[in-house]
Amino acid sequence: MKSILPVLTVVGAIFVIWYAAAVWLNAPWSRDVAARADVTLDLPELVADTWAQDKPKLPAPHQVAVELWDTVVDKKITSKRSLVYHSWITLSATLLGFALGTALGFALALGIVYNRVMDMSVMPWVIASQTIPILAIAPMIIVVLNAVGLSGLLPKAMISMYLSFFPIVVGMVKGLRSPDAMQLDQMRTWNASRLQELLRLRLPSSMPYLFTSMKVAMAASLVGAIVGELPTGAVAGLGARLLAGSYYGQTIQIWSALIMAAVLAAAAVALIGLVQRLVLKRMGMA
Amino acid sequence: MAVETKTAAGAVISARGVDLTFQTSDGPVHALRDVSLDIGKGDFVSFIGPSGCGKTTFLRVMADLETPTAGEILVNGVTPQEARRARAYGYVFQAAGLYPWRTIGGNIRLPLEIMGYSRAEQASRVTRVLELVELAGFEKKFPWQLSGGMQQRASIARALAFDADLLLMDEPFGALDEIVRDHLNEQLLALWKRTGKTIAFVTHSIPEAVYLSTRIVVMSPRPGRITDVIDSPLPRDRPLEIRDSPEFIEIAHRVREGLRAGTTQ
Repeated sequence: MKSILPVLTVVGAIFVIWYAAAVWLNAPWSRDVAARADVTLDLPELVADTWAQDKPKLPAPHQVAVELWDTVVDKKITSKRSLVYHSWITLSATLLGFALGTALGFALALGIVYNRVMDMSVMPWVIASQTIPILAIAPMIIVVLNAVGLSGLLPKAMISMYLSFFPIVVGMVKGLRSPDAMQLDQMRTWNASRLQELLRLRLPSSMPYLFTSMKVAMAASLVGAIVGELPTGAVAGLGARLLAGSYYGQTIQIWSALIMAAVLAAAAVALIGLVQRLVLKRMGMA
Repeated sequence: MAVETKTAAGAVISARGVDLTFQTSDGPVHALRDVSLDIGKGDFVSFIGPSGCGKTTFLRVMADLETPTAGEILVNGVTPQEARRARAYGYVFQAAGLYPWRTIGGNIRLPLEIMGYSRAEQASRVTRVLELVELAGFEKKFPWQLSGGMQQRASIARALAFDADLLLMDEPFGALDEIVRDHLNEQLLALWKRTGKTIAFVTHSIPEAVYLSTRIVVMSPRPGRITDVIDSPLPRDRPLEIRDSPEFIEIAHRVREGLRAGTTQ
């Protein structure tokens, strides 16, 4: 419980800075409105106004909290105005993309570890794929897949996969190669097949690497799903909320969607962390 | 020179003029030169020499973990590769190399699973070899729950679990302290007597080599070669006290002389 105080201190500091920044950024608008109405604001009135605007440059924390409460708790989750509904749209694409990315990354890692030609040729392409800005390639993926009749969940999941397979490939190549020369020699003395070596030695050895890669991949996957929702014309999902918010200057809506995305990512990564702890403890590796 | 030149009938290991050169970025390294040796069934042969003398390399050649560049070596009358494929030997490495995610029993079962023994057979073999290395009752424990000496005993049990009459051991007790090592040496001799296995044992400890072996092969470096082969006159029954006997001290002296001659050439 000793760590509670420093954590609270940091959180407190963030709120103080946030409120102060809201005053600083929103004050010009408050003064303009007051000047047009021909009234003068004293300091407490000015501060109160900067924290209560409809479309502030930077919404104050309590405004975001109210918006979150309103859209998460007060709306039915089937409503298009519910943030839970939009979160689920994004999360489902994230999870599907994450699963596909993990599978693809794992398959590529296996190929790289077991096949010399793939070892020499695949990695540069994998790295090149990540140097292309996802914002540039996402609309093309959406358009191309739409042209072949795929829309909705799958194109977004493909973009998630595009971002999330990379950490899995890098981590699993390292992980599958983590057994030392002695352990591999030992397998050789038993005349083990490559499959037996994979299942009994390389795969268990790679587990710590797998979980670490999966955490990075999960966060990347969520970013991919949100980016994938931007070019679809703001139909549904957290990305759509961000886009709609920026069309109409609804900064409070943007911030609540951002915070929702952060919470989702944190929860998903924490879940992987929990599984990691349980599995590695059972395996005697943590 | 006691290096034999004729092939002994029924030798477990039979090496003739084995040469091994590693190509490294600093040029070729002559790891073994003209190594000829026979190891008979039931022998306990120690290889001793300073680092770089090729003792481990020679053991790895027997195990088909290295391929000689010249010469001929037979294990059980076939090539090392055929012997490895027939699972003719158990190999004990310097480190125990137990998998942390498997219990002691699970670790010993590992080669048995790979070799396709039935579950019942696996269970009975695990119990048997654990008794052999005096680790009965530790089957369900994980490696981290055991001391270094016990872990090494478990790794020996693993090498004994399948039907290999040849045991290749590469400095198995090198990382352990003197007291544990004495105890394990005693146990290893008892085990050798009980199982009748042929053992090739790499070490850099003179007392260990003399205490354990029926034959001691002295090697020297640059290039790695055999400089002396000593047939031990000690009886097969060897209490630890035998190390204070004049015979023991005489053999130890001869090994030391051989090592010195090899390095000052």
